[in-house]
Amino acid sequence: MRFGVVVFPGSNCDADCYHVIKDVLQEEVDYIWHKESQLGAYDAIILPGGFSYGDYLRTGAIARFSPIMPAVIDFANRGGLVIGICNGFQILLEAGLLPGAMLRNQSLKFICDTAYLKVKRNDTPFTNQLAAGQLMKVPIAHGEGNYYCDEATLEELRRNNQILFTYSNAAGEDSPDFNPNGSIANIAGIINKEGNVLGMMPHPERCSEEVLGGTDGVNIFVSMVKSFQEVIQRCKN
Amino acid sequence: MLKANVYVTLKEGVLDPQGDAVKKSLHVLEYQGVKEVRIGKFIEVCLESKDKESALRELEEMSDKLLANPVMEDYRVEIVEVE
Repeated sequence: MRFGVVVFPGSNCDADCYHVIKDVLQEEVDYIWHKESQLGAYDAIILPGGFSYGDYLRTGAIARFSPIMPAVIDFANRGGLVIGICNGFQILLEAGLLPGAMLRNQSLKFICDTAYLKVKRNDTPFTNQLAAGQLMKVPIAHGEGNYYCDEATLEELRRNNQILFTYSNAAGEDSPDFNPNGSIANIAGIINKEGNVLGMMPHPERCSEEVLGGTDGVNIFVSMVKSFQEVIQRCKN
Repeated sequence: MLKANVYVTLKEGVLDPQGDAVKKSLHVLEYQGVKEVRIGKFIEVCLESKDKESALRELEEMSDKLLANPVMEDYRVEIVEVE
């Protein structure tokens, strides 16, 4: 499977993602400079975390108009797997590939911590190696992770089962008491209706090896590989 | 050359943590009469355009595309100087 990691000026989790794909998963991976206007033959695209364009104006607002983005949007619209992590999630929101927007954390503080995530469903290309209801311990690091959408959009997210991860405590309670940033409905990650685009604030690439203190995050990338292999298998049959 | 002011504000009902923090600080300064503070952005744009109307149209387009995020923000454009 061939992954592409898009690098914007100010991305700072690109090398982490690249490392996980290449060294932990031992799959193919390339960096894609944001000034490119075409995507090569990729099976999945990663929009990494960081502070693209210094987060000027709004997080992700300027990156969303980078030369590479029309190709990423086209790739997503054709069903390609796209995962946006942290700033990558913010870019997906600005690009309209996922609904909603990001507000400043309710506390106004940049939060650097470890969060428990509750996996809401496992029938997606990003969570097939996890169980529904399973908890994951994943680092978070953001100042603007307070996910916002209007009531009608929230209703639609719920109706279509688009909420993939919620913030919870160690016992799996995902109530407002265990919400680190004020995010509506404790949302930590959502997918699009079609299920091929995931945006999440927590950093799975930072917990994909024992040496980093946990491996919960690697399951998301392994799920993507598994899902890709299944598609290939179906095509062969 | 035209000069325009673009005001970008959070939509009604969207929580404004910054505004709340400033409100609390104003209360600490004993301005007890302050009931609400909402923080927005002020953007000054100088542009070449053939007339005011087309400038306004262009600025609204810019605001829809980039200057504001319609999911959470409203905007208002005013042309302030025409040279």
